[in-house]
Amino acid sequence: MDREIIIWAEHVSKLFGERIDEAKTLLEQGVDKQTVKQKTCVTTALWDVSFEVQRGEIFVIIGLSGSGKSTLIRCLNRLHDPTSGKIWLYDQEVGKLRKKELRTFRRNNMSMVFQSFGLMSHRTVLENVAFGLEVRGVRKEVRLDKAREMIGLVGLGGCENQPISSLSGGMKQRVGIARALAAETEVLLMDEPFSALDPLVRADMQKELLEIQRRLKKTVVFITHDMNEAFLLGDHVAIMRDGRIIQTDTPENMAANPADNYVKNFINSADRTRVLTAGQVMKPVACSSVIGDSIARLYQSMEEKDIDFAFVTDPENKLVGGVTIKSLHRNRNMDTISREVLDIVPAVAHPEDHLRKLQEMCVSSDYPIAVLDVGGRIVGEFTRTILISAI
Amino acid sequence: MDELIDLLTTFPPEWQFSLGNAVDEVIKTFSRNHRDVLSGIRSFIVGGIGGIQKVLLWIPWWILIVLIVALGWRATKKWYKGLLYGLMMFFVASSGLWTHMIETLSIVIASVILSIAIGFPLGIMLAINTKVERMIRPILDLMQTMPAFVYLVPAVILFSTGKTPALIATTIYAIVPMIRLTSHGISHVDKEVIEAAKAFGATTLQSLIKVQIPQALPTIMTGANQTIMMAMSMVVTCALIGANGLGMEILLATNRTEMGKALLPGIAIVFVAIILDRLTQAAAKKKEEHI
Repeated sequence: MDREIIIWAEHVSKLFGERIDEAKTLLEQGVDKQTVKQKTCVTTALWDVSFEVQRGEIFVIIGLSGSGKSTLIRCLNRLHDPTSGKIWLYDQEVGKLRKKELRTFRRNNMSMVFQSFGLMSHRTVLENVAFGLEVRGVRKEVRLDKAREMIGLVGLGGCENQPISSLSGGMKQRVGIARALAAETEVLLMDEPFSALDPLVRADMQKELLEIQRRLKKTVVFITHDMNEAFLLGDHVAIMRDGRIIQTDTPENMAANPADNYVKNFINSADRTRVLTAGQVMKPVACSSVIGDSIARLYQSMEEKDIDFAFVTDPENKLVGGVTIKSLHRNRNMDTISREVLDIVPAVAHPEDHLRKLQEMCVSSDYPIAVLDVGGRIVGEFTRTILISAI
Repeated sequence: MDELIDLLTTFPPEWQFSLGNAVDEVIKTFSRNHRDVLSGIRSFIVGGIGGIQKVLLWIPWWILIVLIVALGWRATKKWYKGLLYGLMMFFVASSGLWTHMIETLSIVIASVILSIAIGFPLGIMLAINTKVERMIRPILDLMQTMPAFVYLVPAVILFSTGKTPALIATTIYAIVPMIRLTSHGISHVDKEVIEAAKAFGATTLQSLIKVQIPQALPTIMTGANQTIMMAMSMVVTCALIGANGLGMEILLATNRTEMGKALLPGIAIVFVAIILDRLTQAAAKKKEEHI
């Protein structure tokens, strides 16, 4: 995957109030935002935020309400003007655009999905979806065709002429997404798009967003307050607190190395089995042997380690099967380990599998699970004990 | 001692001044200096109201009644209500008040057209420009709290008596809800909907025409409905400055203390008001259901 960065934000700050210069000086001295608010009546929505977004990824910004995440996403298309700092999309500095350029920029480069949908209730589904193309001045037949295509893509085919008021929450947000997609911009800004939906619908929509993303490869900036959602969708996750970004990382790295206690607590609120992968928590294989090796030697080593199961591989370390100490004992008259001795077919997993999947395997299997790489070589093992200590 | 008590209990007469005379003088001078403009406006208004009246009188009475029945039926979706409105109109006609009703209606219609023509754009300006809002809002408060009679006098001085001052006074009185509710409707459109329009690159005008005005339409229609009702009530008062119509009939009958003769046009006014209110309210509601 090419790692082309298309959005940069550098030292972006947004203050609301009258005495902004005063507040800035205080903030630069490291005063926290509550004190600044008391002293100057200035609200610090964002302070010194920097991040970059790669082409084709979902960049998730997560934080509690009031952490500045909604302000941040609105700075990207200048629904809010940053007080200071710079934002680029491609080689365009967003803050320098004049009124007319900004309009063109919004029409062609970024579209947005809103938490409470932001749909125009006086228009039908079709007319809502076509809105972006309509303001751009696209011919009616062309824009309606495009709108129909997108309505089909989000699974609302047949609802084109319904009024918005007749739709459920999930359907409304599908319209919101279709409207953003119809504008054919590369960047999609999504401001807590699923927060207003009930959990079952939300899970569906997340799945569908990933599916759409797989097909269309947009660059998505996604806001949420739900850690599970962030880890599920995000290629990179930025966690915000009090108007600052405190850590930006991939979900796996963030779960493994939280920057501070705040991040740790946030991650604990998430279901870790959806985040951690087998590769991150597996242990080296406790006991293994190569086919053709001596049974007696394996038996002895298992006795010493006090374990009753071993993986057996071929000379290239590819998994062949598993053997219990009982079977070795039964076949002690044989010299070498052959396929007849192997009495267990071990469950297998891959390093990138989430623990959620391994959880079920652990329940149904009494023996360790083999973690295999793409070539079928064994790279580690996984047991109930490992799983429990990881969660 | 008595003198001292007098001094403390009554406002000293030498401190009083007469602002009223000064205002009179200003308006009179203005009227004298701009006679041509004023008479131009006057003949334009008289022509306008005359035109509306002619059209209404040209329509045969029974067609108008059938139309009211049909509109009432469609608006309320109940045939008996339509019929009831038709009967009300029939009552007005059979009381010999048809022509008077048309006279009253044409002033109301003219003033509502004027109110909407001025009030709608002004309301939008109020909603999108805080400076204009800060300037206009106190004036609106003043217009709304000032007793309606007060408008009659300057209107008479400027335009003498008849339909013209009646129209001006009625419009000043009735325009306020149109401005207020237009402004309220526009500025209370869901924030995210306006943001969405902006985010997709709509110009201010596009956002206004394609999003804000359609979204605010139910509120704006309610404003128009209130304007109609206020115009209806004011036009009756305007009989005092010589506006012919139902109000004039009541005024004449009251002067002669003829109870019955005053009652009939009174009932006619109520009937017309009910019909206008129900028809326009239904239109507003229909828009709301859509939104």
